[in-house]
Amino acid sequence: MGASQSAGTEHEFQDLADRTGFSLEQIGNINKRFRQLSNNEETLSREDLASIPALDNNPIRAQIINAFFDKRNLHQNETGTVQEIGFEEFLMVMTHFRPAAMGLTEEERENLRREKLRFLFNMHDTDSDGTINLEEYRRVVEELLSKAGTIGQETAKAIADAAMLEVASTTRGKMEPDEFYEGITFENFLQILNTFDIETRMHVRFLHMDTATLRCGKSK
Amino acid sequence: MPAFSCAFPGCRRDLLVIVLVVFVGIGLPIEASAPAYQSHGTEGSHLTNITNTKKAFPVLAVNYEHVRKPFEIALWILLALLMKLGFHLIPRLSAVVPESCLLIVVGLLVGGLIKVIGEEPPVLDSQLFFLCLLPPIILDAGYFLPIRPFTENVGTILVFAVIGTLWNAFFMGGLLYALCQIESVGLSGVDLLACLLFGSIVSAVDPVAVLAVFEEIHINELVHILVFGESLLNDAVTVVLYNLFEEFSKVGTVTVLDVFLGVVCFFVVSLGGVLVGAIYGFLAAFTSRFTSHTRVIEPLFVFLYSYMAYLSSEMFHLSGIMALIACGVVMRPYVEANISHKSYTTIKYFLKMWSSVSETLIFIFLGVSTVAGPHAWNWTFVITTVILCLVSRVLGVIGLTFIINKFRIVKLTKKDQFIVAYGGLRGAIAFSLGYLLSNSHQMRNLFLTAIITVIFFTVFVQGMTIRPLVELLAVKKKKESKPSINEEIHTEFLDHLLTGVEGVCGHYGHYHWKEKLNRFNKTYVKRWLIAGENFKEPELIAFYRKMELKQAIMMVESGQLPSVLPSTISMQNIQPRAIPRVSKKREEEIRRILRANLQNNKQKMRSRSYSRHTLFDADEEDDVSEVRLRKTKMEMERRVSVMERRMSHYLTVPANRESPRPGVRRVRFESDNQVFSADSFPTVHFEQPSPPSTPDAVSLEEEVPKRPSLKADIEGPRGNASDNHQGELDYQRLARCLSDPGPNKDKEDDDPFMSC
Repeated sequence: MGASQSAGTEHEFQDLADRTGFSLEQIGNINKRFRQLSNNEETLSREDLASIPALDNNPIRAQIINAFFDKRNLHQNETGTVQEIGFEEFLMVMTHFRPAAMGLTEEERENLRREKLRFLFNMHDTDSDGTINLEEYRRVVEELLSKAGTIGQETAKAIADAAMLEVASTTRGKMEPDEFYEGITFENFLQILNTFDIETRMHVRFLHMDTATLRCGKSK
Repeated sequence: MPAFSCAFPGCRRDLLVIVLVVFVGIGLPIEASAPAYQSHGTEGSHLTNITNTKKAFPVLAVNYEHVRKPFEIALWILLALLMKLGFHLIPRLSAVVPESCLLIVVGLLVGGLIKVIGEEPPVLDSQLFFLCLLPPIILDAGYFLPIRPFTENVGTILVFAVIGTLWNAFFMGGLLYALCQIESVGLSGVDLLACLLFGSIVSAVDPVAVLAVFEEIHINELVHILVFGESLLNDAVTVVLYNLFEEFSKVGTVTVLDVFLGVVCFFVVSLGGVLVGAIYGFLAAFTSRFTSHTRVIEPLFVFLYSYMAYLSSEMFHLSGIMALIACGVVMRPYVEANISHKSYTTIKYFLKMWSSVSETLIFIFLGVSTVAGPHAWNWTFVITTVILCLVSRVLGVIGLTFIINKFRIVKLTKKDQFIVAYGGLRGAIAFSLGYLLSNSHQMRNLFLTAIITVIFFTVFVQGMTIRPLVELLAVKKKKESKPSINEEIHTEFLDHLLTGVEGVCGHYGHYHWKEKLNRFNKTYVKRWLIAGENFKEPELIAFYRKMELKQAIMMVESGQLPSVLPSTISMQNIQPRAIPRVSKKREEEIRRILRANLQNNKQKMRSRSYSRHTLFDADEEDDVSEVRLRKTKMEMERRVSVMERRMSHYLTVPANRESPRPGVRRVRFESDNQVFSADSFPTVHFEQPSPPSTPDAVSLEEEVPKRPSLKADIEGPRGNASDNHQGELDYQRLARCLSDPGPNKDKEDDDPFMSC
């Protein structure tokens, strides 16, 4: 796919558009950006993403970059990571950030929720075992507070533990003394973020991406 | 009092109602005949001056004139509050009719009574309204404005507020003018400008009425913030239009230049108001940075600076409401980081109290003014006004939503639109503006009558029917969600994620700028406006601490109740839901200590039972908990080889100060038996936070702001010997602490603690 240097063929884009739900214009824009990031190569590597200046101040930078290379986000039923991604994979990751269209049925909305929450879940579940255990959750909070200095470090653990406690109580209710709460499964994750309007909050607008000048005239 | 020893609640309620009625009965004649006393007083003094002969020394004399004004004010307020009290004693009534309606009815009755007595009922003085009654309500609204939904929808809100109000004003004014042209109506004297003036007065959605009604229907956040935000932000439009048309109608002609100036004026008024408010907000935030030694007056700064902002902007004919909102919004994050918890509670309750009183008074006075005010009734005009109000509102909302939805991610559904349209209530602001019209307007009385009719219609009809309509249409209600730490974590996580993805896309969008603002805020602004080291504290931690504190206080306040439930369930120990979560951080520390010293297998360690234990009293902060932890650590180390059960028993004691049930205590900590540490798990060595003062009673009482708590250095298991000594010392300190505890004196059980 997209073997030629010129901005991919219409046919390929159309095919991608059908599969991902993006419009042709959006795909064109994303492709331009892809070319820019990858220095006109075919694939994008971690270093390419890491060199984006806008990500410098982001506390969860590493996780974001990893998310692009995580096989689970590429709509393939595999686990593990890849070293480089092509345009199609880049697009696949981006589909998670599409806004919810109008007039979705309940089922479609639910699927969209699951998809987006799945993305988040995968970002937390770094060992790909299907559950977020305490260590992983701690790391999440630590990363979030990593810019906060020493204060953040200590309370990060406490916060993560508190959050874990909350999940356990919400999902399990009562537990026997010798019972052991393994970790947050995806279903639990769905449950605790039930009131979180993820389908409306987790989106990036892809229109009007003026990649030539690296600015996007986007107004909210 | 024998009255309150009644066996059943109904009896008490009836007695209270009777008491209220008696009060009302006494109060009214006094107020109404106040002017009569006035003349009495002056006569009396006049007489004594002239005669100057020796009279008997007056043992008891009445000098009402001396206290007249404050007396009347106090009496009115008291009556208003008693009425409010009365309504809530009659649950059936308050469930059907919104409070605002009842208060207006009361006002009508009071006004009628006064008139019957023969006195002149007081009219809602516009100056009193705008300078005294309105600011508390707006400040309350602005200070507690939910920022996130507001900023997410600010575009929509502005469109509704500005364009919607303009549309309403011109539509109504224009059509009314057309109506007046019709001969049969008999109002041909009314010119276009007067009609437009009238239209601009009556077109603005009123925040007071909206608040009063929407508060009771618990509609979903989006619709609530839309209507409410609109009612707040349309003040600028109203002010400009009102002044504009008022000026023009004096002159009589309008030129293009005037229109242009009007537009410029609008920007000046709104942006100027916001600027004034922001300046005062920053001043307030800056002042609060230095109030750590004078905690008692902290709330006053908040109130006074806000009021000054309002008055200053009113002075320049800028939008006072927008100034108040801006002031509240700007100062809140910084002030709350600086002030003590008690001050925060004070501010919250005073604001609620004042706004409640103001609202009550406003509605009662509306009723009284209706009886008092000069009226000129013209069926056609009034009815048309009412109908046009509704029609223009509906058309405006539908039309604007159609355009807005093209730009929104979360579209506004038909139901939302309906509620937004139906919730456009008019209120006292419209009345006061109408009252402010100079008497030179020949139509003033007619306008006033029409305004009052519109207000009555919206408040009564729309206010009463909105609740059943909401039920009928099954509009989404407000989600009753407790603050969840998971949601907070993910909110922040999502923010960073989206900023990152925007960065990857090369897209400088909404999140990017928000991130930039946050960073600017953190590095520069917070440094100046937040006292001490707190400015470095990230939001998540502040939230977590606040939540802990809240739950601890809730736990303490509700006393026995939460412990009843868990006591039966916690028999099984791992009762994650047992008690409202409190200080998980503390319990985690304790667990960690346990783990560090009870070496056992790693797998079991992870089974850290996510059990909840109440650890400490609400008002204590880090000092006491730390000390306790040291104490427990010391104890543990002493007994490391002894049976764990004994140790956990020890640990139960400090944990359960709130629930003095021995059974529960003993059982609850059994779970910790299984909490064993891994060798790989580091001990956490706690230091006392600075200042290393003794955590004695004084510091307990004193409000400890959100200081960075336990600085836990991770080090290997060592220092037992020194800890022991430290532990002894701490133990004594702790004993002293507890002998003079905070507010929970009655609830806590000193003895079990001391027995350690």
